[in-house]
Amino acid sequence: MARYIARRLFYSIFVIFGVSVIVFLTLQLVPGDPAIALVGENASPQVIAQIRTELGLDQPLPVQYWRWLERFLHGSLGKSIRTHRDVITEILDRLPYTMVLALSAVFLSTTLGILMGVFAAINRGRLGDYLTMGFAIVGLSVPGFWIALLMIMFFALYLRLLPVMGAASWQNLIMPAIALSLHSAAQKARVTRASMLEVLGQDYVRTARAKGLSERTTLFRHALKNALIPVTTMIGLQFGHLMGGAVIMEQIFAWPGIGRLALQSVQGRDFPVIQGTVLFAAVIFLLSNLVVDIVYASLDPRIRYS
Amino acid sequence: MHRSIRVSATVKQPMGTKYKSRHWAIDAFRRLRRSPIAMAGLFLFACFIVMVIFAPWIAPYDAVEMRIPDRLQPPSPAHLFGTDDFGRDIFSRVVWGSRLAIRLGVLSVLISAGGGILLGLIAGYYGGQIDNILSRLLEIIMALPDMLFAITIIAILGPSLDNLVVALGFLNWPGFMRMTRGSVLSAMQNEYVEAARAIGVPSRRLMLRHILPNVAAPVIILSASRFGGALLAGSGLSFIGLGVPIPQPEWGAIMATGREYMASAWWITVFPGVMIALVVLGVNLLADGLRDALDPRLKN
Repeated sequence: MARYIARRLFYSIFVIFGVSVIVFLTLQLVPGDPAIALVGENASPQVIAQIRTELGLDQPLPVQYWRWLERFLHGSLGKSIRTHRDVITEILDRLPYTMVLALSAVFLSTTLGILMGVFAAINRGRLGDYLTMGFAIVGLSVPGFWIALLMIMFFALYLRLLPVMGAASWQNLIMPAIALSLHSAAQKARVTRASMLEVLGQDYVRTARAKGLSERTTLFRHALKNALIPVTTMIGLQFGHLMGGAVIMEQIFAWPGIGRLALQSVQGRDFPVIQGTVLFAAVIFLLSNLVVDIVYASLDPRIRYS
Repeated sequence: MHRSIRVSATVKQPMGTKYKSRHWAIDAFRRLRRSPIAMAGLFLFACFIVMVIFAPWIAPYDAVEMRIPDRLQPPSPAHLFGTDDFGRDIFSRVVWGSRLAIRLGVLSVLISAGGGILLGLIAGYYGGQIDNILSRLLEIIMALPDMLFAITIIAILGPSLDNLVVALGFLNWPGFMRMTRGSVLSAMQNEYVEAARAIGVPSRRLMLRHILPNVAAPVIILSASRFGGALLAGSGLSFIGLGVPIPQPEWGAIMATGREYMASAWWITVFPGVMIALVVLGVNLLADGLRDALDPRLKN
């Protein structure tokens, strides 16, 4: 087990390295000379040349990358152009908000998704199945931000029940969490149903029924436990994704998370912060997948971790 | 001869089928026609295509021309979906927007499917070191936070339909590569591939004639669902101003203007959203139907 974790960790570090190369190269596409951007168009050529040397911009790309990586490994993601604060502090300031939103959305979508999936599987081929799965495929097809807008119109503007903007109280969390969880609840419902149906056809379920266990025990103790394995992967993926910030939802509800930070930085062409958020999100994504895989391997003896 | 081999390899006849199959595509279409879900999806998608082709005849007004006296009109016989803050007819904008939507969906899927299939074919067929390198590359791309990376690319290249296509196409190829690689690996287990190799069929021909057809069914299904995904992501990005810029009648961009008038002019936000939902629902239903039709083994 320790060796499995060590190997996975090594792979993750390799992937982070790759992501950092891609992020670095992407930012080379930014039009304009950073030195000119720093001192202004009217500066003399000597000053610009001097700045270029100071920033290392006259070095070949691999050398620039290496310096950039060195700073990154020392924990410095640079300073924001807009606020002049450290990029890492900017990100950490937003982290709690993103975390709360991500956890609520994951919790909502998992509960709802599993309930719907199990319900549909038990009622296979009956009206309940068609209705739940119909609801699920509609949920997959409807744009989440559109649902968010409809909710704002109905609950905030018409009924005046919920606040629209900001993160002042827990009530601010309700709409973005629901809007964010809709799509993945639908996905989880479909996956749960399919894997539940597969498990229900297995021999050990027939054995459980044959030995006279109640339908409830068979379903929940024997079938559901095994059927939930693919859903666990989805939880890890979704959490990893949302921790990178839900850009559109956070923007609609003015929720001060990482996604909103990234969007504000993009609009302000604040590239140090952009690269910081992308790298940060990639690290979190890999870590949460790693955790899910380890939990998996320890829960399910069938998964070999050689 | 090739054909008969391929048929037996890709589609296993379900028990008790009355007809004799000629070609897997015909076979699949027959099954597709019997599925009400797939037909509903096909109907929605066909309506969308009709809208794309006949946009100039269906739309009663110009999509971008402003008529200030008509601004913010609620839905009426003259303006089915109402008008926006510049007096533009929302219905006409939505109809013209279908052309942007189909370009976005088709082009981004073509980029990601093209790249993904090619790399997956190479990785699966050659295996070994090449497979290793390509698979690591795939893991790196999959670890990129897609929304953040998409807004970064668009921020650098500038908001436009083509740049949106590039960003979404680039982010979506790993799914196609993974699927192709898997299908290739399992196809290579088939005896006819071994036989073809034994009689000295060259690599390229082996890949294109004997292995690639096995990839067709899963790729068609994935393309359909990615088409819907591209519409959702693209309209979302346009909505926050990082997709198709506003005077153009992109559905998400129309909603962005609607956002400022949510309290007074709900129609600007509601109708484009309904359109997106219907088209994506259509391709999703079609994808589900295709999954059942093209892969009868999955249907128990």
